[in-house]
Amino acid sequence: MILLAVDWAMVLEKTIFIAVIITISLVVALYMTFGERKVAAWIQDRIGPNRAGPLGLLQPLADGLKMFFKEEIIPTSSNKALFILGPSLAMVTAMLTSAVIPWGDKLELFGRTISLQIADVNIGILYVFGILSLGVYGIMIGAWASNNKFSLMGGLRAASQIISYELAMGLSLIALLMITGSLSLGDMVRQQQEGLWNVIVQPLGFLIFLVCAFAECNRTPFDLAEAENELIGGYHSEYSSLKLGFYLFAEYINMFISSAIMATLYFGGYDIIPFYDESAWGFSTNVMALLGAAALFAKILFFIFLFMWVRWTIPRFRYDQLMDLGWKKLIPLALLNMLITAAVILWWKL
Amino acid sequence: MQLTNRAKQVDRKPLNIAEKIYLPAVLKGMGITLSHIFKKKATIKFPEETRPFSPVFRGLHILNRDEEGRENCTACGLCAVACPAEAITMDAAERLPGEEHLYREEKYAAKYEINMLRCIFCGLCEEACPKDAIYLTETFAPANYSRQSFIYGKDNLVIPHPKENPEAFTKAKGLIDERKAKANQEK
Repeated sequence: MILLAVDWAMVLEKTIFIAVIITISLVVALYMTFGERKVAAWIQDRIGPNRAGPLGLLQPLADGLKMFFKEEIIPTSSNKALFILGPSLAMVTAMLTSAVIPWGDKLELFGRTISLQIADVNIGILYVFGILSLGVYGIMIGAWASNNKFSLMGGLRAASQIISYELAMGLSLIALLMITGSLSLGDMVRQQQEGLWNVIVQPLGFLIFLVCAFAECNRTPFDLAEAENELIGGYHSEYSSLKLGFYLFAEYINMFISSAIMATLYFGGYDIIPFYDESAWGFSTNVMALLGAAALFAKILFFIFLFMWVRWTIPRFRYDQLMDLGWKKLIPLALLNMLITAAVILWWKL
Repeated sequence: MQLTNRAKQVDRKPLNIAEKIYLPAVLKGMGITLSHIFKKKATIKFPEETRPFSPVFRGLHILNRDEEGRENCTACGLCAVACPAEAITMDAAERLPGEEHLYREEKYAAKYEINMLRCIFCGLCEEACPKDAIYLTETFAPANYSRQSFIYGKDNLVIPHPKENPEAFTKAKGLIDERKAKANQEK
């Protein structure tokens, strides 16, 4: 008796797709470390790593190998189970978010239509937010388990910062949801393909979202949680070897995923050119899907560059300035944005 | 009380709205950093490129020979006297019959040592030498593991033989001639 018919082809298809997406995120994160060093160098009038391999392209592999061979130290006074759980959790939550992002339109292979999205959940954006707020647990648990006051301070900062900015981020998103009327990321992209990119409708909302994304990723100017020069690394100061690598890597994957989310929510996802119907080119579905995925990647790369560009421009906020900006400026602004959007929708019955 | 007139009045006005929302300043800063991405880089890729030395650079010493390969140094000791760091020591010896092809004059330096850790590369030895025998080149002492290896003897100092190793000789000689030309120009 068959209780549940399993579509094995679909299981296979999704498994392969998940493997591909995870590999891509890992490789992108790997080369983001290289990109970061290069961008930092260029901005500071240097040329950056250029010794390992052609143009220094093997540098991230060398860095990874170095991290792999470092001695692994677990402090005796730490809570061992939590100490190991921390970085693992950070890594897992960083990878989980990629499940609901539409990486492209549909592919037609072997007589099947394959959606370039792992799961088109109808609450996609809520899922993203849920996982994002789980991400801080990795940092907090690791910081607590280290049993070090600097780590604890970093962990506390990370937690309070993420809670503060999550609010403004959620509020700016509510305005967006009022316009799209859907929580599914796939629907949002399809709407933007037909209509306007959301950044044109919601410029203020995008700005708030962008600032909050920087804060959520613990990136400069909001990198108080790690603050090399005051907290000697903050939450990861007791970590070494691959566990440290996991934390650093999780940060880069988070950046990659937030870039993807910003591109999807506000910049039309895999839509290639705004105000233009690409189907007029007359390419096949597969070619269009691949072109769309390439367009999404170009947008993601731009946002990643923006993350790095800002990091090497702006100094870190002081803790009170950070809280001031979050609670007294961004939240009122986000509320205002929400009210204006609501009023406009009511007035013109959009 | 005013001590100097360099004091500046600091502007402590509260920030206006444009300054409070940070964004104009942030964008201005990002403009500056972006312009730096396209600037010419100051880096010299060392092993492949080297920074050119100044024409008056004073590096390691060389002991000169004449065209037939005879050593010029007569161990007069003027360089050692001139040396403010007391880096130069030498032992003089008398040229024996049959050694005329080795040493230009009847007295020569049997041992000639310069301690490169003491040397301050001032070039006074070069100026003091009456026999055209010691010159400073454009190379500097490579790193080494022991202090002893920084005491350079005749094996390290004497210029390559013009007949046995003409290529290296002309190369080293060329450097000396350049320095001579420059010294003459200065005079």
